[in-house]
Amino acid sequence: MSVKQISVFLENRPGCLHEMTKALAEANIDLRGLSLAETSDFGIVRLIVDDVTGTASTLREAGFVASMTDVLAVEVPNVPGGLNRVLEVLNAAGVNVEYMYAILGNKKSDTAYMIFRVNDNAKASGALKVAGVKIMEPEELSAL
Amino acid sequence: MKKYYQPEIETMPREQIRKLQNERLLKQVRHAWDDVPYYRRKMQEKGLTPDDIKSMDDLHKLPFLTKADLREAYPYGLMGKPLKDCVRIQSTSGTTGQRVVAFYTQHDIHLWETMCARAIVAAGGSNESVVQVSYGYGLFTGGPGLNGGSHLVGSLTIPTSSGNTDRQIMFIKDLSATILCCTPSYAAFIGERMKEMGMSPDDIPLKAGIFGAEAWSESMRRDIEATMGIKAYDIYGLTELCGPGVSFECEDQHGMHINEDYFIPEIIDPETGEVLPEGSTGELVFTTLEKEAFPLIRYRTRDITSLSYEPCPCGRTHVRMSRLKGRTDDMLIIRGVNVFPSQIETVLINQGYPANYQILVDRVNNTDTLDVHVEMTPEMFTDNLGVINQRQAKLVEGLRSMLGLTAKVTLVAPKSITRSEGKAVRVIDNRKI
Repeated sequence: MSVKQISVFLENRPGCLHEMTKALAEANIDLRGLSLAETSDFGIVRLIVDDVTGTASTLREAGFVASMTDVLAVEVPNVPGGLNRVLEVLNAAGVNVEYMYAILGNKKSDTAYMIFRVNDNAKASGALKVAGVKIMEPEELSAL
Repeated sequence: MKKYYQPEIETMPREQIRKLQNERLLKQVRHAWDDVPYYRRKMQEKGLTPDDIKSMDDLHKLPFLTKADLREAYPYGLMGKPLKDCVRIQSTSGTTGQRVVAFYTQHDIHLWETMCARAIVAAGGSNESVVQVSYGYGLFTGGPGLNGGSHLVGSLTIPTSSGNTDRQIMFIKDLSATILCCTPSYAAFIGERMKEMGMSPDDIPLKAGIFGAEAWSESMRRDIEATMGIKAYDIYGLTELCGPGVSFECEDQHGMHINEDYFIPEIIDPETGEVLPEGSTGELVFTTLEKEAFPLIRYRTRDITSLSYEPCPCGRTHVRMSRLKGRTDDMLIIRGVNVFPSQIETVLINQGYPANYQILVDRVNNTDTLDVHVEMTPEMFTDNLGVINQRQAKLVEGLRSMLGLTAKVTLVAPKSITRSEGKAVRVIDNRKI
C-alpha cells in the first residue's frame, strides 16, 4: 500500500545535485518523481525511482548519505478541487501531512499523481480507501 | 605479565623520588651553567649561580625557558654537549611557525625509549605483544620513540608509520597486532575504515591503543574504544623534552604519570609566572633532570593541566597530570572567549556526530565568527528537514552551553572533511588580525 521513497543529503553548493544525477544516470536509474527541500547550507532530495535497491546502493557507493521512507502514492482527480478533496479526507482523519509533491504519469491525463509523506500511513490509507481515493502499489507506480 | 617496566623506579616511595630529584636537579643546573652559555646568561641576569640552588625548594628562583628562547637560540644555542657527542636530532613540523630542533646523545635516546617502554607495559604490553607503530617516522618523534620503547619491551614491532590505511588494517589483522600506537585522530580514521569494511570489534585482534601527540576528549576515547574493542591509553610528550613518553596513562585511565626520575613538573599561572598550589589548573612547566644534549630548566610548555600527587590504584607513585584541556597554541580566542577544539569535539560526540569536524574561524564586520563543520552520517540523516533542523539547533545549543558563545553549525557531506594520518587539522582560522 505504500511505496519507498529515497531521500538524499546534499550540500547546498554548485555541482552537488549534478553529482547525484550523474551517478544515477550512469546506473541507468529511471526517475519517476523528485522534490527538493533546502536550507541555506544543505538540501534533501526525495526521489521516487523504478529501482529502489539499485538506487540505494548506487548512492552509497558514490558516497552519498541516503535513507528510505514509506510514503503514499495517491491518484488525484485532475480537476479543480481534486487535491482539496484528498486533503479533506486526510484532515478529517486527523492525519498530518509533513510534505507532498507531484510526480509524473503519462497514461491518463485525467489523473494526477501525488506523493504524500504523512505521520501515520495506516490511518491515512484507511481513510483514503474508505473515501474511494486510489493509493498505488509499487508495481502500479512502476507501470506509469 | 609484568605490570611495570621498572617497578623499583615506577613505584618508588615519594620521599625517595624527591631525594633523587634533588640530587639530579643540582647536577642538571650545574650542567646547564657549565655547558649552556645561553642559560648561564639568563641565570646571571637574575643574579644567580648554581650555588643558590640547594634543593627543589629553590627551583622557583630559576628563570623560565620559553619557545621564544628556543627560537632565539636555534639551532645550537641550547646544546649542552658538543656535536660529536650527539647521535640524533628530531624536529617538530613547524606548522605553527615555531620549528623546534632537539638534539640527543645516545644516553638521551635511551632515557626516552625507556619512558616509552614504561608506557607500553602500562598499556599491557610485553614480549608477547605485537606493537604496530602507526605514528609517522622521521623527524616527528612519535614513530621513533614508540619504536624504540617497543624494542626495549621485546615486543614484535611493526613499523608501518602513518598512511596507507588499508595496509595498516591488513597488518593489524594478518599479524594480529595487539597494541596500536598513533594519533587519536588517525585511530578514529582507522576505526571508521574498519567499520566500513564490515569489521566488528570481535574481528579486530587489538587489545590496546597508545594515542597521543594531540589533545583529544574523553568522549572520543570511548568512541574509539567501542569501535575497535580496545582500551585506549593517552600518552604525552614534547619534542623539546624528548618526545612521547614524558607522561603516560596506566590501566586506571585517570591522568598520566609523569616520569619524575627524569623531570620535575610545576604548574604556574601563565600570566604572572607564579607557582600555583597543588591541584591548581595552570601552565605546565618542566625541568629536565637527566638530559645531556638538550637540558631544559623550567621550560614552559604552554599546555594547560593540573597535577595530582594522590596515590594511584595502579601502584605507580609518580605524579599524574590530568588530560590536557588543550595546548595554549591550539586555544582559540573567539569574541574574547577561550575555546579549545576538544570542547567542541565533546559536544559533537555526545550528540552522536562523528569526530570528523572542522572549525572555521573568521572575522566579519569586526566580529569573530565560529563555524563548526560536521559530516552528516547515515545514523543522523532522515527525510525530514524539520528533524534535521531540530538536531542542528540542539547542537548549537550544546555548543553554546559548553563554550558560552554561539557557533554556526554547518552540515557537510560525508567524507568531505579531509582525514588525517597524523595530527588532524581541526582549525582553519581565516581572521586577518
